[in-house]
Amino acid sequence: MLGKNRCIYPGEKVLLAFSGGPTSSSMLRQVQEGLNREAAKKLRFKPGIIYIDEGAVCGRTLDEREKTCRQVEAILQASGFPYHLVFLEEVFDLPASVLNSLSHRPADQAHSYKEAVADFTRWRQQCEKKEGAATSLEDRLAECSLQGCAWKERLAVLDTSSFPASHTELSRLFGAVKSLTAKEELLQTLRTHLILHVARRNGYSKVMVGDSCTRVSVKLLTNLCLGRGAFLAMDTGFSDSRHGDILILRPMREYPAKEIIFYNYLFGVPTIFTPGLGTKASDRASIHLLIESFLCKLQSEFPSTVSTVYRTGEKLSAAPREVDSGVPTAPAQCLLCLCPLDTNVEDGSSLQSMLLSEQLCPRPPAENCCETGRTQAGCCGRPPVVGDSSQLLPLLCYGCRLTVKELVSVQGKVCATRRAPASADAKVCSCSQDWAQGKVARSLSHHTFTRRLSASDAGLR
Amino acid sequence: MNAIMGTIKEKGQDSTVLAHVLRLLNERHGYGLRLLLLSVDEGIAGYRDDSLAAVRRSRGRLGLPLHVVSYQELYGWSMDRIVRHTGSRNNCTFCGVFRRQALDRGAVLLGADKIATGHNADDVAETILMNFLRGDVGRLQRCAEILTGGEGALPRCKPLKHAYEKEIVLYAYFQGLDYFSTECVYAPNAYRGHVRALLKDLEAIRPSSVADLVHSGERLAVRKDVRLPVQGTCRRCGYFSSQPLCKACVLLEGLNRGLPKLAIGKTNRLQKALLEGEKPRADLETEENSRVGRTIDF
Ligand SMILES: [Zn+2]
Ligand SMILES: [Zn+2]
Ligand SMILES: [Zn+2]
Repeated sequence: MLGKNRCIYPGEKVLLAFSGGPTSSSMLRQVQEGLNREAAKKLRFKPGIIYIDEGAVCGRTLDEREKTCRQVEAILQASGFPYHLVFLEEVFDLPASVLNSLSHRPADQAHSYKEAVADFTRWRQQCEKKEGAATSLEDRLAECSLQGCAWKERLAVLDTSSFPASHTELSRLFGAVKSLTAKEELLQTLRTHLILHVARRNGYSKVMVGDSCTRVSVKLLTNLCLGRGAFLAMDTGFSDSRHGDILILRPMREYPAKEIIFYNYLFGVPTIFTPGLGTKASDRASIHLLIESFLCKLQSEFPSTVSTVYRTGEKLSAAPREVDSGVPTAPAQCLLCLCPLDTNVEDGSSLQSMLLSEQLCPRPPAENCCETGRTQAGCCGRPPVVGDSSQLLPLLCYGCRLTVKELVSVQGKVCATRRAPASADAKVCSCSQDWAQGKVARSLSHHTFTRRLSASDAGLR
Repeated sequence: MNAIMGTIKEKGQDSTVLAHVLRLLNERHGYGLRLLLLSVDEGIAGYRDDSLAAVRRSRGRLGLPLHVVSYQELYGWSMDRIVRHTGSRNNCTFCGVFRRQALDRGAVLLGADKIATGHNADDVAETILMNFLRGDVGRLQRCAEILTGGEGALPRCKPLKHAYEKEIVLYAYFQGLDYFSTECVYAPNAYRGHVRALLKDLEAIRPSSVADLVHSGERLAVRKDVRLPVQGTCRRCGYFSSQPLCKACVLLEGLNRGLPKLAIGKTNRLQKALLEGEKPRADLETEENSRVGRTIDF
């Protein structure tokens, strides 16, 4: 698969995203095999591995997480590749620049493979020159994980009060999201940000993700239902260039999950099971789980289902439907998923009608939380709860808006329930609202939004 | 003058509400449309009788001219006769293909310029899912559009595209509109049933799912290098078709030759056989039978 596509240059650093699951474990093994092959078929890149511990949002204790990390480390060590063990909490340490995709290297388009390789080597030499000077202490994360060793200290630190902000911020963020659907999306986003960051800090220019054919089909249908129709090709395609400097590859996407499990069994590839967000939940707890079980059931009745969905996905384009001739500038990117925005309002579109009905009958926002002050400005003379998000929403794609809206709308509810026992006390109400507006949005904005927001502010002025 | 055809389709409340709303807006805003109601009588005893009665009553209320075309007139076969002929296994193939064409054929007959169908948001979302699951990217790309070139000679529009099914039912209820609602008696195919159930589950998890799906359908883009079937016209009836013969003509031919099963599924070889004027070979039919269960037929 990799040889066929010729997208990795000799000597290039490639980061393998490893989760312990069957597909990424199999991917790791196949890369190992590929590096040991005889000269003609040999893979020539330099792999590294990243493992992200998501235990914090899956309700696991530190002990459990430590145990898993030890298992993971054993596998990663055995591979002989450099590895990075990262905790999801560390996403809050990321600099705001994570989402600024660096400018493209001049290598990517139109050239022949040979020219591209030459370009790449030139580029790498430049980078190496820079590297000597630029090792700052600002990023503790990248440094200690370079050796892959310091994770125990970093995990311990998550426990003590010396590092309190991240842990509580993360659980507060996820606690504020009502539905498992939005949680899954949020987790996906944070995970990607972390991977990108580690890749950039350590000079990886490609990331390999272990999505099987089955996974790709589930993702296609799930994302279709989440309003991400415009991005299906990007979200599931073999190579995903939306991040500019870092290319995401899905080398496993042709293999059905069954084949992968069989391969692992045959070659004794070890896997690790870690409970995810929805492990204990029912089929209907999230759109992700619903689609997965739907496809699985349908597949047992019509064995061509998964492959048909996969092939449908193959026929989709990453470029938006029509390029509006009137607008020459590149469309803005979504702040969270970095896809080109799909929110231009077209006549007769679903988005248009949705905005219209929101306008005609706005959802009763937090104004309800004080019976007295039903002013237009919002409750207690403060800006309405949506204030924060209304700044944010225009910067997001349709799908990410749905996720972020939930972040905010749940605040209204929290506010309302808090009011119930002490409805007379307007102060309590405004406090909770304060929390609603500030913390969640802030904790998100902390690492990602501020920069973009200020950038767009500057543009306005 | 632009004439728009309000059509009456299977799920009665949609077309009743469509006719009501179009008439109301036409009068209020002076669109200058000449509205006609077209209803298709598939010839299913009991089922259509009730719904046609409802259609007649609403025509009375709406004051719009109603035209009924029957399968018998259009194809020479009623659904009941088709079912008797084929057994009740694949009749929804017939009822889908025939109904789609019946609207066009009927509308052309009445001299209409445009067809307005009562497809609501739920229908569109369901169709998007169906087309995705069956891998029909050509339809997938078209089906979310509010105005399409149509599968037949006339352009089609879906004025209710953004209205949820629930809203339409409520509207009909509060307007006191008389409608007849039932599923096709010849049970709709299992696959569509699954998809419909999925849509309901999705809505239960995230209420905006229907609109989200429609948005997805509107925005997804098919790769430029994917070859989509070229739309031509049927050599026999002139209806739009990607094959030399349209599906209805192939199905009809199968019926008339007494080999209805041939037409369902492997149409390509039958196409060829029909065009070359030779008799379909007997082994085709056995092959057809062996394929049952492996292929999904919509
Ligand atoms: Zn987005
Ligand atoms: Zn039917
Ligand atoms: Zn024909």
